[in-house]
Amino acid sequence: MSARASAVRIGLVYPELLGTYGDRGNAIVLVERCRWRGIPAELVEVRADEPIPDSLDVYLFGGGEDDPQLMAADGMLASREAIVRAHAGGAAVLAVCAGFQLVGHRYEAADGAVLEGIGLIDMITRPGPDRLIGEVVVEPSASAYWGASGPPPRLTGFENHGGRTTLGSDVEPLGRVIAGGGNGDGAGGDGALAERFVGTYLHGPVLPRNPELADRLLEWVVAPTGGRLPELPSPLEESLRAERLRVASAGRLRSWYQARRLARG
Amino acid sequence: MSRRTVRTRLAVGAGRAAGLASRLTGRGQGATISGRVMNLISPDLLAELAADQQVVLVSATNGKTTTTRLLAAALEAAGSEEAGRLVVSNSTGANLTSGIAPTLASASGPGTAVLEVDERVLPRVVDPLGAELLVLGNLSRDQLDRYGEVHAVGDKWRAVAEAHPDLAIVANASDPHVVWAAGPARVTWVALGLRWRQDAATCPSCGALLDWSADRFDCRACGFAQPDAVHRLTDDGLIVDGRTVALDLALPGEWNRYNAALAIVAASTHFGIPPEVAAAAMAAVRSVAGRFMRIPLGDGRDATVILAKNPAGWTEALRHVADHADAGVVIAVNAHIADGKDPSWLWDVPYEWLAGHPSAAAGERRLDVAVRLRYAEVEHVVEPDPIVAARALASDDVNIIASYTQFSALYRKHR
Repeated sequence: MSARASAVRIGLVYPELLGTYGDRGNAIVLVERCRWRGIPAELVEVRADEPIPDSLDVYLFGGGEDDPQLMAADGMLASREAIVRAHAGGAAVLAVCAGFQLVGHRYEAADGAVLEGIGLIDMITRPGPDRLIGEVVVEPSASAYWGASGPPPRLTGFENHGGRTTLGSDVEPLGRVIAGGGNGDGAGGDGALAERFVGTYLHGPVLPRNPELADRLLEWVVAPTGGRLPELPSPLEESLRAERLRVASAGRLRSWYQARRLARG
Repeated sequence: MSRRTVRTRLAVGAGRAAGLASRLTGRGQGATISGRVMNLISPDLLAELAADQQVVLVSATNGKTTTTRLLAAALEAAGSEEAGRLVVSNSTGANLTSGIAPTLASASGPGTAVLEVDERVLPRVVDPLGAELLVLGNLSRDQLDRYGEVHAVGDKWRAVAEAHPDLAIVANASDPHVVWAAGPARVTWVALGLRWRQDAATCPSCGALLDWSADRFDCRACGFAQPDAVHRLTDDGLIVDGRTVALDLALPGEWNRYNAALAIVAASTHFGIPPEVAAAAMAAVRSVAGRFMRIPLGDGRDATVILAKNPAGWTEALRHVADHADAGVVIAVNAHIADGKDPSWLWDVPYEWLAGHPSAAAGERRLDVAVRLRYAEVEHVVEPDPIVAARALASDDVNIIASYTQFSALYRKHR
């Protein structure tokens, strides 16, 4: 692990616009998991009327309601070059729900409005016939993007969105949906995975519920040369993850049984 | 009640029987099921039952049950002086149409009905009930998984105000969503202040970012702004028509001063009750449908129960508890439909304030709470049962802050 000259800068982008579903939790988890390992880290909040700087190590784009998402889209677009430059220069990006939709080429809202995204990922989002709401389980893609530690174990989260996201043919999903809706476009995936990039529909927030995913993001910026982070026992988080996996599979079993009964008449 | 039709009387009777059955079998308090049965048998029931009542509807994301109770207390106190004024109110917090019908059915004659109404239900009961006054407190995120977004609720309220420009509304001037919603009607504004601003970043009128100063909001883009209010809540009390009325409430917490201020202005401006009389009546209210009730822990201590339903409510509850240096706190959370099935709001609430307080994570979602407390660096015990958890806290002042179904389970068991 290379020694860093300065604290890891965890950027929480537009918390007043993209913070509807506890998204601040993702930032808190990243900061604390650094500090608990003795790695200096700081939380940098980018307010909605400020340009997004290119000096952050992690960019967090969270979920938001329709009007705030519209405002956020304007701001992200205005700061697009800074974001793209920072990402190309080694920063990691976690984009969740509304924030995920805005890193694509465009997002078509249910009311017909079309928002231009920053085009960091080759994908588009269209309105679906209904909202996908509930617990989700995702089996992460076995991808080289994860780095030396490999993919994290199964992810759990809670989704609540009306958009359906279609990835470009060269883009990998974050993983395969085991329970829930995810991208909801029929391809069976959730989110997107790329070099130092995770996009997902999973709230919860996603990082407190999946500490290993948090550690992959940190590894990308703290140990980019393939090193590992020091171990950090997380028994509480793992108990929570196990509980959520159990609940989601029980729900899955229930829907399978109901579907079977319906099919039989 | 002579105008009630046979069908309505049948509906009321059947509904009451269902409610009694619910209470006897221990399934619930009976208000909701009894209302469902009534509505099923007689769809025009609400209009008929409300026909000889002066109807006041109270709605908000937070504080509607307490505001309703406080306003009813003021009306009852004033009414006892002029005989014949009867007040009915849905004091159990059953605030859907199913909860309103049994309340109206319980009226023994013409009078005033002070009704708490769920904020999603409000738009569709204003007309059937012939409401003459709305009391609107605040709107913030609540149960996003089933109720959707705050802006949408504000828009639906506004449609009511637009359809009834002469409708009297007493409304909080400090909440942009409420100001947007009430604006088109005949409004009496009360400036209560707004500490939870996380759901009011953008202008409800045009979507631009709102400018917030210490005590007001303005939209630079479209001119939408906080209206001037003659009535204001200050640290010293409530200023009503230039007079300052002290608020010496038995109910704890800053948020109950908001509720009382709103209720006093409604009582005074709409019903002509002197603010001092209203304030005195409200001061005596100690517990509202289980909110702030005290449960003996069996070891000489009592736990105070505080209901918190959403991030704004949780933040105020934590502020109240953290103000008391020795307070112990049980955070009891479920995630059933009535709690909201997504407990991600835990991360919108500053649990960091609990550092140094004896704390516990309880309820079905105690692991979500425990993980949150770990990252807030608050030492805690993890225990499913909130009462057992409360006993484990080394502190004389014990509080249980509970999500809705945790709260109602405690209320049913210990009322």
